[in-house]
Amino acid sequence: MAIISTAGLARTFHTKTGPVEAVRGIDLTVEPGEILGFLGPNGAGKTTTLRMLTTLLSPTGGAATVAGHDLVREPEAVRREIGYVAQSSGTDPQVSVREELITQGRLYRLGKEAAEERAAELAHDLGLTDLLDRSCGALSGGQKRRLDIAMGLVHRPALLFLDEPTTGLDPGSRADLWDLVRRIRDEQGMTVFLTTHYLDEADELSDRLVVVDRGVVAAEGTPEALKRRYGGSADASLQDTFLAITGRGPAPVDTTPVAV
Amino acid sequence: MSSLLSDTALIFGRYVRQTLRSKFQIFFGVLMPLLYLLFFGPLLTGLPLGGDGDSWQVLVPGLLLQLGLFGALFCGFAIIIEKQHGVVERMRVTPVSRLALLLGRVLRDAALFVFQAVLLVVAALVMGLRAPVGGLLIGFAFVGVLTVALASLSYALAMKVSAPQAFGPVINAVSMPSMLLSGLMLPMTLAPAWLDVLSHFIPFRYLVDAVRAGYVGEYTGTAMLYGVVVALAFAALSLALGTKVFQRAGA
Ligand SMILES: Nc1ncnc2c1ncn2[C@@H]1O[C@H](COP(=O)(O)OP(=O)(O)O)[C@@H](O)[C@H]1O
Ligand SMILES: [Mg+2]
Repeated sequence: MAIISTAGLARTFHTKTGPVEAVRGIDLTVEPGEILGFLGPNGAGKTTTLRMLTTLLSPTGGAATVAGHDLVREPEAVRREIGYVAQSSGTDPQVSVREELITQGRLYRLGKEAAEERAAELAHDLGLTDLLDRSCGALSGGQKRRLDIAMGLVHRPALLFLDEPTTGLDPGSRADLWDLVRRIRDEQGMTVFLTTHYLDEADELSDRLVVVDRGVVAAEGTPEALKRRYGGSADASLQDTFLAITGRGPAPVDTTPVAV
Repeated sequence: MSSLLSDTALIFGRYVRQTLRSKFQIFFGVLMPLLYLLFFGPLLTGLPLGGDGDSWQVLVPGLLLQLGLFGALFCGFAIIIEKQHGVVERMRVTPVSRLALLLGRVLRDAALFVFQAVLLVVAALVMGLRAPVGGLLIGFAFVGVLTVALASLSYALAMKVSAPQAFGPVINAVSMPSMLLSGLMLPMTLAPAWLDVLSHFIPFRYLVDAVRAGYVGEYTGTAMLYGVVVALAFAALSLALGTKVFQRAGA
């Protein structure tokens, strides 16, 4: 059974300058254990979709089931099953890494000792052990991102959402992070739903891609299938493929940090 | 229910530690009322202020609630910063109780302002305040409940605005008239009729009157009754509103 399925999921924001249809009707399914890349240019509606799927934002249309629970009717049950690593960090720069990890465990209702053990275990797994007593504000970009992911893994979720996990990181840290995401999935069988506007990241990391543009799904399939279908051949660049799908210049393939 | 309690304790602990990290903040809030006590209080001794008790028994209750009013209304600033760091969403995505997210924060604020209120009353006792112990305790309780109410509203507003620049003006527009119209400085019994009538529409008026009644040992009169009812109703409404905002923030 699919771990995520949505039908016509939509969100319109009402702003002073009129309604903004950020997400106009998304239909997708995600199978357990896959890494799904949700690829689209800035402003395509990726974050808005993610915020709906993680119960942070209520949809204005459509429906979704996440980890076996109805998104709108059982948000608490959904929250217990998922981890969410937002685009911005989520940790207090003044608080120590250790304290944030323990607090996060306790927010997921782990007991005090269990939370402490889990913090130590995650720190070990993600290479944060030497940083535990540092304040979060003193970490480098790559270290902070690893902490953010550790925060999302505290309760061993079945499903992890990552919003633009490598935006702003240097090439070395990006490659490390890709390895980390693959390792989490391989070792723990976790499902990963990640958004990105980087074609190389989508290509490298995803088992399957959903290309989103202007709030709707423009195409979906494995990176190879998309290249064959839209780019002309399996060795077509994802860049050309993307251009063919969206009719627009894609996001940069390089690692230059892009303002979000 | 037990998860509400433990969630609230967890959030409360996190923000108490935050407060303890900035010792300056703990004492800064007492500064303004303390200045009033030192430089304004002596002007009132011997003036006919109406009602029972001497001028300290009239002034100190006002200063206590002023401390709560200004302190608590500005609590929201902190959450704007936290929102920018993504801390609020990170917590909202966990199963933690929405009420606890608010309650843990406002209880920390209440503890902070009651602590400051104690400092202020100690200073006032040195200056010459004499009031029954029961009345003093009632005063602290009102500071606590007022803080819960106003801090909840402040967080609710702060969750809705996107920038601190949008938040400050609203708070100033609420706090100054509230202070003047509730008779925090001088009792409204001195006011002309129109002002007295107007002030009855400001909830803080009932709280000040109740604390003043407490300070002269009148625990069972209508002033106390109205004060308790208004304070509790105000706090309950504000908490309900604030919780709703935490449930649907960003919507
Ligand atoms: N809270 C909001 N209020 C109004 N408009 C919003 C809000 N959040 C996002 N949007 C708009 O919705 C569109 C999609 O945004 P977003 O989901 O953040 O895109 P992405 O993550 O793909 O870059 C953008 O046009 C953005 O300006
Ligand atoms: Mg985004």
